[in-house]
Amino acid sequence: MSNAIEVQELTRKFGSFTAVNAITFTVGSGEVFGFLGANGAGKTTAIRMLTGLLAPTSGEAQVAGFDVFTQAEEVKRKIGYMSQRFSLYGDLTVRENIALYGGIYGLDDGEIRERSEAMLGHLGLRDSGDDLVASLPLGWKQKLAFSVALVHQPAVVFLDEPTGGVDPVTRRQFWEMIYAAAADGTTVFVTTHYMDEAEYCDRVSIMVDGRIGAMGTPAELKAEFKVGTLDELFVRLARPAGNATVAGGGG
Amino acid sequence: MRTLRFLIHKEFLQIFRDRMLLGMLFIMPLAQLLLLANAATFEVRSARMYVVDQDGSPASRGVVDRLTASGRFINSASSASIALANEAMLGGATDVILVVPRHFERDLVRDQHAPVQFIVNAEDGGAAGVMQSYASRILAGYAAELSIKELPGNMMITGAPDVPVAGRATIDVRRRGWYNPDLDYADYMVPGILVIVVTVVGTLLTAMNIVREKEAGTLDQLNVTPIKRSTFIAAKLIPLWSLALLDFALGLLLAYFVLGVPIRGSLLVVFLGGAIYLVGALGIGLWISSISETQQQAMFVSFSILMTYLLMSGLFTPLRAMPEWAQWLAEANPLAHFTNLMRAVLLKGAGLRDLMHQFVMLTVIGLVVLTLAVRQYSKRTE
Repeated sequence: MSNAIEVQELTRKFGSFTAVNAITFTVGSGEVFGFLGANGAGKTTAIRMLTGLLAPTSGEAQVAGFDVFTQAEEVKRKIGYMSQRFSLYGDLTVRENIALYGGIYGLDDGEIRERSEAMLGHLGLRDSGDDLVASLPLGWKQKLAFSVALVHQPAVVFLDEPTGGVDPVTRRQFWEMIYAAAADGTTVFVTTHYMDEAEYCDRVSIMVDGRIGAMGTPAELKAEFKVGTLDELFVRLARPAGNATVAGGGG
Repeated sequence: MRTLRFLIHKEFLQIFRDRMLLGMLFIMPLAQLLLLANAATFEVRSARMYVVDQDGSPASRGVVDRLTASGRFINSASSASIALANEAMLGGATDVILVVPRHFERDLVRDQHAPVQFIVNAEDGGAAGVMQSYASRILAGYAAELSIKELPGNMMITGAPDVPVAGRATIDVRRRGWYNPDLDYADYMVPGILVIVVTVVGTLLTAMNIVREKEAGTLDQLNVTPIKRSTFIAAKLIPLWSLALLDFALGLLLAYFVLGVPIRGSLLVVFLGGAIYLVGALGIGLWISSISETQQQAMFVSFSILMTYLLMSGLFTPLRAMPEWAQWLAEANPLAHFTNLMRAVLLKGAGLRDLMHQFVMLTVIGLVVLTLAVRQYSKRTE
């Protein structure tokens, strides 16, 4: 089985600032891959390059077997994306949003109807199908956005901080949805700030200043860095080297 | 094609849920048309006329009566002194001076013609020409009434009010306005104003459209899908294009039924022209929307582009009066071609064959602009 994502020496510079500095990693098919890092570490820049929204400065990347930079449109048929900012149409209803993206990805009317109803059932939105999306609470919006990103059953789905600002109960439900997607064979590439969520991932990488500071399963990383939780590891890596002792001192 | 259908449906849903936008699209342009059609005119009413009647005969009073009865001129002052009249002109108390010389009636009876002098303040050259034209028409009418072949106006126009009334140049004014014989300015202005109001609203709405999705973040969600760039631009263009065309049709109805503008040519030609024109006009809006990062930028760019092509459209100042380079520039101005086309069809009854140049230019401009808009819109940030 080939890898869902293969990245080699991927780099993006903005002027003299290097946002993503020659990162290399692979994500296996069906994996839930946690892409961690502090604010400004380069997570969103990397995800935007992998989804074809941003041109790289150098390096290579394949997603779902296609080259992101020369076969961008083929890649786009195979991926779903949920951006950091809520990006469904607030002035369209739940059903209209689902139908729009279903239509764009080439589903026929029967498939759109079927998947809309299934989705509304899963999300518990059956009674709100004809409400404008703008009127939904944030947690529901996020779950809907994730479901819409999966409407065409993509091989890989990219989630950029999907649970930001969401309550703990909804976060738990969200992760249940992530596992369900992975169980259906979709590779999940997810960025997050929440280290408890990172523990749910099959493998994680931690980005520090545009580079990958650590990568492996949560258990491997804890053993390698001799820490009790990923949270500790994150704090240690995310701090500049000189401050490590301060971090270790409990600050 | 299926993708296009879904995207167009989405645009229409969004447009019809936005009451502000609907107001901008349908109420604003039509209200502007009614307002501007009555306000933007070169017509002169109630010009103040200083009468110097040195003859005091029934015939000379007839001249004054005919001029004032038209409503174009009001007899604001009278005296026998040309010097006083000049003072009034200098002081800005009068717009025109009518001098009926002594023996006017006698000469008229004896020689079948007699001069009157009509002095116009030409600070505003446009108004001066209009007043002169009214006066000569009214006097010609009076002459005909008296069954006299011709009553030549011995007219004089002073270049500025401080030029003394001397060195009188005689102008034998015989005018006939073709296609718009009554010089009805509404007929002339309304087609152009209609084109402008539809253009302004169409350009602004398209210019705001894509950039609004950029600001809202919804564009990224579309850009990660396999939508073709041309499909995307078509989906943005078609809904606003069809609504702008509807706007144009409503404006034309208003122009015909309410403002009394004639439609002498074929409506089919007008709408064919409108359909092609709007592709270019709205394409410019989409191009602006693609280059802009914020709605504010889009607004500024739209205004500067609109301003330039409104002022260089030939609507306010005739293109033939512009320097040659400006006339060349106007060739690239879709508004100029479409304004010409509208006037030619509505007022002159021109047909497709008479308007080949306009149709070719509008088509070329439309294709170029659309190509630019599609190329400018990029799904990937470089």
